[in-house]
Amino acid sequence: MAKVKGDIFIDIEKCKGCELCKVACPQSSLELSRKINSKGYHYIVKIEDNCTGCTNCALVCPEGIIKVYRKTLNKKEPVATITNVTNDITVTVQQ
Amino acid sequence: MNEKTMLGENIAETADTQEVICCPENLVYEKPDTLLDTPMHYCPGCGHAVTHKLIAEVIHEMDIQSETIGIAPVGCAVFAYNYLNIDMQEAAHGRASAVATGVKRVFPEKFVFSYQGDGDLAAIGTAETIHTCNRGENILIIFINNAIYGMTGGQMAPTTLPGMKSTTSPFGRDVATMGNPLMITNLVASLPGVYYATRVAVNSPSNVRKAKKAIAKGFEYQKLKKGLCFVEVVSNCPSNWKMTPIQANKWLEENMFPYYPLGDLKVPNDKEK
Amino acid sequence: MKELKLMKGNEALAEAAIRSGCDAYFGYPITPQSEVLEYLSLEAEKRTGMTVLQAESEVASINMVYGAAGTGKRAMTSSSSPGISLMQEGISYIACAELPCLIANVMRGGPGLGTIQPSQGDYFQAVKGGGHGDYRMIVLAPSTVQEMVDFVRLGFDLAFKWRNPVMILADGALGQMMEKVELFEQQPRKTNIEPWATVGKPKDRERNFITSLHIQPDKMENINLHLQKKYNEITKEEIRFASSGCEDAEIILTGFGLVARICQKAAQLARAKGIKVGVFRPKTLFPFPYAEIEKLASNPKLKGILDVEMNAGQMVEDVRLAVNGKTRVEFHGRMGGIVPSPEEVLAKIEEKFVGELV
Repeated sequence: MAKVKGDIFIDIEKCKGCELCKVACPQSSLELSRKINSKGYHYIVKIEDNCTGCTNCALVCPEGIIKVYRKTLNKKEPVATITNVTNDITVTVQQ
Repeated sequence: MNEKTMLGENIAETADTQEVICCPENLVYEKPDTLLDTPMHYCPGCGHAVTHKLIAEVIHEMDIQSETIGIAPVGCAVFAYNYLNIDMQEAAHGRASAVATGVKRVFPEKFVFSYQGDGDLAAIGTAETIHTCNRGENILIIFINNAIYGMTGGQMAPTTLPGMKSTTSPFGRDVATMGNPLMITNLVASLPGVYYATRVAVNSPSNVRKAKKAIAKGFEYQKLKKGLCFVEVVSNCPSNWKMTPIQANKWLEENMFPYYPLGDLKVPNDKEK
Repeated sequence: MKELKLMKGNEALAEAAIRSGCDAYFGYPITPQSEVLEYLSLEAEKRTGMTVLQAESEVASINMVYGAAGTGKRAMTSSSSPGISLMQEGISYIACAELPCLIANVMRGGPGLGTIQPSQGDYFQAVKGGGHGDYRMIVLAPSTVQEMVDFVRLGFDLAFKWRNPVMILADGALGQMMEKVELFEQQPRKTNIEPWATVGKPKDRERNFITSLHIQPDKMENINLHLQKKYNEITKEEIRFASSGCEDAEIILTGFGLVARICQKAAQLARAKGIKVGVFRPKTLFPFPYAEIEKLASNPKLKGILDVEMNAGQMVEDVRLAVNGKTRVEFHGRMGGIVPSPEEVLAKIEEKFVGELV
């Protein structure tokens, strides 16, 4: 399965620190920040960089303040690319 | 849209200079525009807010914002119309299904749903609930059952569990004097007018997905004029149960689900969509 | 060509609802006005396709009216005293949310389960506001079956003009008696969408929401100030009354609805005996014709006013407010569903005022 990389954006001003996303996250990458937002709630932040973009956190979030992004990495990259065939052949080999 | 957080401090961002995932083409989930940006007044972790989000998502995905009228109850969800970006009416306590009937009868082609709590639907509004269901009114009733009166500060509701404490059952609900929890969904499911009756929850990702499907079915069946659809959301009330949201959802599973088992109580027999 | 018909009050009211282009009627059986729902159940659907629904209670009925009215359609209900009591909360919501609708109360003897005979015992409830909070309904008091017809159309017009609930305050006798009526031609059902109505939010406007909840006190006060301003404008523009023989009258009879007709007969009997009696009849109970009554009361030739009602004395208080001490105000009332006779009223005139006339 192509490796997937996810990330989230949390509108921490509207987070009420209910922690439901924290328990829903299979990667345990969420934790309450020690800081508080203007409402006085400790808000949720990502503490690990292992998010897979599975959207669990966003599904359970009562406030609807989590945006989830996902990118599939390491797609089958071309082994070699031939460029500028006319004048000279340069070959770059991908690791 | 600048992806940086408002406060500029998000640990993941500062982790390293790795490639930015958070950009529009990678977006896989965000709240729909049918859910307004107004911060909701619900307590942290409340199932009401999650359910609002699901309704907004279904209306957005079915693209029926211009065809839907919602009826808000009196209870914690009394301000629902401040959060859902659709035309709505505020009903008197218990009367949302009658108000919904009034709307539906003069606009039969519109999608109409009433959103009610347990006190609203199963105490003061019982007659309206039973008769709206018995008429097979072609509307969707979304019933939030958290076994307590939330807005007024935690009194006993018809669905309060035996032995469950509340400000008006301080020693626990005494079945001898206050009877057993009213299984309203089972009652209405037995009425021919009810086409689809189910119980869902919003306490976990998988339950949220199922709840959203149930709400979507409710609207789809309404389009097909199949009669009354009744979706009970067995939900939590962290503040009045006096628990943290995480504890409340755990208590929900251990105490509410056994009493209000999730799943369909009535599904269309002729294999519908 | 005039369309004339001999009709029972309740059925005339129902017929007028159909002809007014009413979109929805929600009601519940209660004597003495069940015929309204029965007639509509028989006639309405096939004639205009309007919605007619028998609800499970009057509480449900008024809330169905709230819902339908909230979509900008013409919605109405009808009931009788005990049923109207059940509707008071809904009416208060409707008044605060400023929803146009029509509510007919065919009054019966009270209090309690009372009787099914006619009464005017709900005057205070209708005019002073039977529900919670400061609100007013426009209250029309028909005294003939013809007015039962005309006030339905007028009621809908006033309801939409002012975005306010309108009540037709009739009584059991008017509901049950038959009279010749002239029927107006069929009006079209409502097609235009009111800008404030909840009909589904199109892309080109903000969402509409109908509510009577305004939790911030300053906002709630503004709502109330707005309502009071509206009620003042209604008072300036919508007062209606009828008077006969008041110019040279020594005694003026005041009464509304059916009783005003009894007063008419009593005045005739009195004039036959040389007693100059006039009759003043408010058609709108809110807004009440205070100024007109005050003007009549300031006529030096006037000996006094006798207010006649089928209750323990309710409108008489407003008459006294209007008269403001300028002349004597006497009262004669019958309760329990008893309808006073003209002779009885004449006897009361002589009893209260004869000494002064001779």
